[in-house]
Amino acid sequence: MNTRVATGLILASTIALAACQKKAPEELPPPPTQTATPTPTTAPAGPTVGTQQHFVDAVGVANTVVYFDTDRYNIDAEDSAKLQTQGQYFSQYPQLNFTIEGHADERGTREYNLALGERRANAAKNYLVSIGVPANRIRTVSYGKERPVALGSNEAAWAQNRRAATIVIN
Amino acid sequence: MKYLILATVGLLASPLLAQNQDLGQPMPEGGEVETIEEGEGLTGSVSFEGNLDDLGIAIPGFATDADVATPANQNGTAALGKELARVITADLRNNGLFKPTGPDALPQPAFAEINSPNWPTWSNRGAEMLVHGYVRARSDNRLTVGCYLYDMALQQQLVREGWIVAPADWRRAAHKCADLVYSRLTGESPFFDSRIAYIAETGPKDNRTKRLAIMDSDGANHRFITTGRSTALTPRYSPDYKKLSYLSYVDGNPRIYVYDIGTGRQTLVTESTNPTFAPRWSPDGRWILYSMAVNGNTDIYRVSSSGGTPTRLTDAPGIDIGGSYSPDGSRIVFESDRSGSQQCYVMNSDGSNQRRISFAGGRCATPEWSPRGDQIAFTNASSFNIAVMTPSGGGVRTLTRGWQDEAPTWAPNGRIIQFFRTERNSGKATLWQVDLTGENERRLPTPVDGSDPSWGPILP
Repeated sequence: MNTRVATGLILASTIALAACQKKAPEELPPPPTQTATPTPTTAPAGPTVGTQQHFVDAVGVANTVVYFDTDRYNIDAEDSAKLQTQGQYFSQYPQLNFTIEGHADERGTREYNLALGERRANAAKNYLVSIGVPANRIRTVSYGKERPVALGSNEAAWAQNRRAATIVIN
Repeated sequence: MKYLILATVGLLASPLLAQNQDLGQPMPEGGEVETIEEGEGLTGSVSFEGNLDDLGIAIPGFATDADVATPANQNGTAALGKELARVITADLRNNGLFKPTGPDALPQPAFAEINSPNWPTWSNRGAEMLVHGYVRARSDNRLTVGCYLYDMALQQQLVREGWIVAPADWRRAAHKCADLVYSRLTGESPFFDSRIAYIAETGPKDNRTKRLAIMDSDGANHRFITTGRSTALTPRYSPDYKKLSYLSYVDGNPRIYVYDIGTGRQTLVTESTNPTFAPRWSPDGRWILYSMAVNGNTDIYRVSSSGGTPTRLTDAPGIDIGGSYSPDGSRIVFESDRSGSQQCYVMNSDGSNQRRISFAGGRCATPEWSPRGDQIAFTNASSFNIAVMTPSGGGVRTLTRGWQDEAPTWAPNGRIIQFFRTERNSGKATLWQVDLTGENERRLPTPVDGSDPSWGPILP
């Protein structure tokens, strides 16, 4: 899953950990309005606005989920690019409220993973708020290690499960 | 009689509340056990000098004065007497205690022999100890059960006790007899007459059904509390067994609820829209600890179990979670990643004087203070084994070697630890226990998979 290089990662995590207890991603994204509307605009005969399918079609499925390293919750460059795409979508459809689900891999104790999933969901939420999405449109929920998407017990599966997934539900 | 009253209360519970619940039928509260013939001679010597693992104990069927009908056994009190002896035998055998021989391999003593054993009958059976007992149906429908322990070499009674129980509680009398024998021979506190709350699991790894369930310490009287419609996690019995606190996604969010067993009603541990995790009771039942995430930052709070304003006990940025009281209620051991990884910390029960105790290497998670006070069990969340240490963090001993073992919980007497073990790839979880010595590891039989065991104290 992750094409990230370990050293870069550690650096990024360290910086983020030191800096980010409040929010503040290290590189601030461009304001959402001026870059606006490259991808989503026309929705022909297809899923309607307000469905998960519409959101997925508009932003691309890969942009609906951000991934984290073990025990981490920082938003790195790859994550912020994805969240900016999401931010554009949600500024285009200001009537939509949505949920960010935080998850952890199975290699952690249950309660800690619930708290970690909550922290990850909030990291993604805080990023979206920092680029202009109103906080009251975003609900967070943690599932800890209770809802894995990859079922193996190996590094590749765990990397896919350490995630914050954005879900549009009416 | 008591059951009838409680069932009525259950039916009156607000239907509005029920809509929002994932709860099955309300269950009756346990009955009272009245102790009679309080044991004497608890300090007298025992003739056996050797390894207690090798101590032979003969446990023939309990005798009855008159074989009469009882709601506790469809075949009457004589059959019930055999069942009582079987339960005691299984208690001792399953926990690796002594060398018990049960009623199916022994002659049946007569009622008159119970307080005057026929020694020649028992002398050539390789048993150093002899358990005798009786069961008698009372006119009020309850049962009287007597339990006697004899030293074969001394031909002397070592201890005796009796109990009056409701027919539905007949197994408790057997557990009390097993506890009496165990305590008299080892000098340890009892533990059999207790219950376990846990999470029963079914279904595939990416869509597990997780239900709150309870059972006696030997797995009997198993009961599902929630229906499985919503995920339930991490239950804890209140010390008086009248309530269960646990996490439920019943409204879509992870929240701690307090379920009142007698009335079937449940309430949020705190009125807040924030997620709450990790419920814990104080040993006296007056306080509940819970952990709450606010903007992603989780801290530990304490609230009176009768409600009121919560107090925040930790304020470190990051995840502070869990908490387990020392037996005297003065201190709390908890988990925090404030140092960069999960480690165990101790604080006073008002939140003051927080200090890290785990420095042995590896992540320290889910610490649980022993009811004896001298040990803290925890999950080594780097190697995923169950380990113990002293309250100052020394003397670390690893007790288990599963692929992933976590969430230790203590037997009421602090001699046994239960935990759950997750299997690699399948994600199948099962309940296990191990002695404080690291010996006698065994899987606990449950109807389906299980996790998050929580062992309550000795029943009141």
